[in-house]
Amino acid sequence: MSFFHVKSMSVRYGGIRAVRDVDIKVNEGETVALIGANGAGKSSTLNAIAGLLEHTGDVYFDGANLTAQPVFARVKCGISLVPEGRGVFGRLTVEENLLMGAYLGSSQQDQDADLHKMFEFFPRLKERRRQTGGTLSGGEQQMLAIGRALMARPKLLLLDEPSMGLAPIMVEKIFEVIRGVSKTGVTILLVEQNARLALESSQRAYVMESGELSMTGESRSLLQSPKVRAAYLGES
Amino acid sequence: MDIFAQQVINGLVLGSVYALVALGYTMVYGILGLINFAHGEVVMIGAMIALAVVSALLAVSPDMSPFTLILIASAAAILVCVFLAFLMERLAYRPLRNAPRLAPLITAIGISILLQNIAMIIWGRKYKMVPQIFPTETHEIFGASITSVQLFIVAISGVLMVGLLLVVHFTKLGRAMRATSESQRVAGLMGINVNKIISVTFMIGAALGAVAGILVAGNYSVAHYSMGFMLGLKAFTAAVLGGIGNLGGAVLGGLLLGLIESIGAGYIGNLTGGFLGSNYQDVFAFVVLIVVLVFRPTGIMGERVSERA
Ligand SMILES: Nc1ncnc2c1ncn2[C@@H]1O[C@H](COP(=O)(O)OP(=O)(O)OP(=O)(O)O)[C@@H](O)[C@H]1O
Ligand SMILES: [Mg+2]
Repeated sequence: MSFFHVKSMSVRYGGIRAVRDVDIKVNEGETVALIGANGAGKSSTLNAIAGLLEHTGDVYFDGANLTAQPVFARVKCGISLVPEGRGVFGRLTVEENLLMGAYLGSSQQDQDADLHKMFEFFPRLKERRRQTGGTLSGGEQQMLAIGRALMARPKLLLLDEPSMGLAPIMVEKIFEVIRGVSKTGVTILLVEQNARLALESSQRAYVMESGELSMTGESRSLLQSPKVRAAYLGES
Repeated sequence: MDIFAQQVINGLVLGSVYALVALGYTMVYGILGLINFAHGEVVMIGAMIALAVVSALLAVSPDMSPFTLILIASAAAILVCVFLAFLMERLAYRPLRNAPRLAPLITAIGISILLQNIAMIIWGRKYKMVPQIFPTETHEIFGASITSVQLFIVAISGVLMVGLLLVVHFTKLGRAMRATSESQRVAGLMGINVNKIISVTFMIGAALGAVAGILVAGNYSVAHYSMGFMLGLKAFTAAVLGGIGNLGGAVLGGLLLGLIESIGAGYIGNLTGGFLGSNYQDVFAFVVLIVVLVFRPTGIMGERVSERA
C-alpha cells in the first residue's frame, strides 16, 4: 500500500460534483504536483484530504484509513495543509501564528528549536515576530503560513497555490523553501497554477480537468507532453 | 459624607459584577458570533445553588466558619453552572451551528425562559433572603463608605478578570481560543479540536457568571429566580458598550455602566426636578445601549463593524 492514497474520492457542493472519482497516490518522500485550470477542483481535493470538506471515497495515510477522521485528527496523523489564501491569523502575532502550528507538538524544547529553525528559514519573520499577522505583506504571509505548517512537523505537506499573488522573486524564494523542505524528507502534494514551476519542482504530477483526473505521469515527461504544453504551459 | 464619592464606589462595585457577567457574553460572541441570552440565567442559578448549599450547611452545622461555607458553596455553584453551560452548548447551540442566525438567538431566549421556570419550580416565587455569614464592617475611603462585602466583590472580580486576561493572552489554551475566534476552519488545520475550545469557552464564561451571581446575592442579601434577567441585559449592554467580542472592552464597559448607573441614580431626582426617582436607575443602561447601537455599534474598543452581528 502507498504511503498516501486517495481512493475514488468525490466532493459535492449541493448538487454539483466538484471532484469526481479521484485517485491519487503519493510515495513517502515524493513531491507530487496537481495542476489544472481555474475551477478544476484542485482546492476541493486538497481540502477534502485535509478533512475540511465532506467527501466520499477513502483517504489512506501511513497505514491508517482517515476517512472518518475530523480535520484536527488528520493533523495529528501528520497531514498539514497550507490553504489557498494562506489563512494567517490576522490578530495573532507572527510568533503566535507559528506556535499555533505546533499546537499538538510534543516538548517545549522541540517547539523552541523549531521556532528557531523557522526564523532561520525566514529571517523576515524573525524581524516581524511581534507584529500581528494581518500587518504582513502577501509574501510574508505565505512564508508564515508555510512556516506554521512546518511547525507541526508534518509527514505530508499539502500546499495550495503557494505562489499565488506573489512577485516573481518571492515565488522563487518560496519554491526554494519548498525544495528545501522536500530534501528533509517531507512528502509534499503541491497544487499550483504555475504549471511549469510545479512540474519543475516535483517528481510526478496529476492533471485535473473539470473535477476529474485526465493525465498523470512523471513531471519531466509531462513537461514534454504536447497536450500539457498547449493547455498549461502556454505553448502551441 | 461625600455623595459623589459614594456613588463612584457603588458604581465600581456594581460595575465589577457587570464586567464579570459581560465577559461571559463577550467570550461566547467572540468565538461563535452568538449572543447567549441564557447567560443571565446561569448567573441566577449560580446564586441559587450557592444559597441552597449555604442554607443546607448552616442547618447541619450552624457554627461552620464563614470562609469554609462560602468556599464550599462557591465550588458547588461553579460546578453546576459549568456543567449547565456544557449541556447548553452541546444540546442546544451545537446542532444549530450552521442554522440561520435567528435560530440560535430564539433558542437562547427559550433556554432563558426554561431555566427561569425550572428555578421557580425548585426554589419558589418568593425572594430568598441570604443569611449574613460575614460580619458587616464598614470602611471609610475618600469620604465614602464601603462594606467589607463590597470590598470583597471588587477584589474577587478584579482577580478573576486579570486572571482571565492572562489566560487568554499568555497560555496555549488562550491562543487556541483566539485562533478559533478568528477562523474555526484554520484553527482546525492547526490540530485544534474546535468543538472542545467552544465548549471550554462556554464553561469559563459560566464559572465567572456563577461567581458573579454569588457576589450579587451577597451584596443585596437577596436572591430570586428572575434576578438573572435584568442583570443579564445590563451585562450584555456593558459588553456592547465596550465592544462585543473584546475582553478588555467587557471589563471597561462593565465598570463604565456601573458608574453611569450609580452616578445617574444619585442625581436623577435633581435632574428631573424630582419627577423621576432613583428607582429609575435601570433607564440608564438602556439609554446607553441605544446610544451605543446608534452612534458606535462597535463599542468603545471594537475595531471593526462585525458582519456577524
Ligand atoms: N463552497 C463552494 N460552494 C459551491 N461551489 C464551490 C465551492 N467551492 C468551490 N466550488 C466549485 O467547485 C469547483 C472546483 O473549485 P475549486 O476551488 O476546487 O477549484 P480549483 O481547481 O482550486 O480552482 P482555482 O485554481 O481557481 O483555485 C468550481 O466550479 C467551484 O465553483
Ligand atoms: Mg484553488
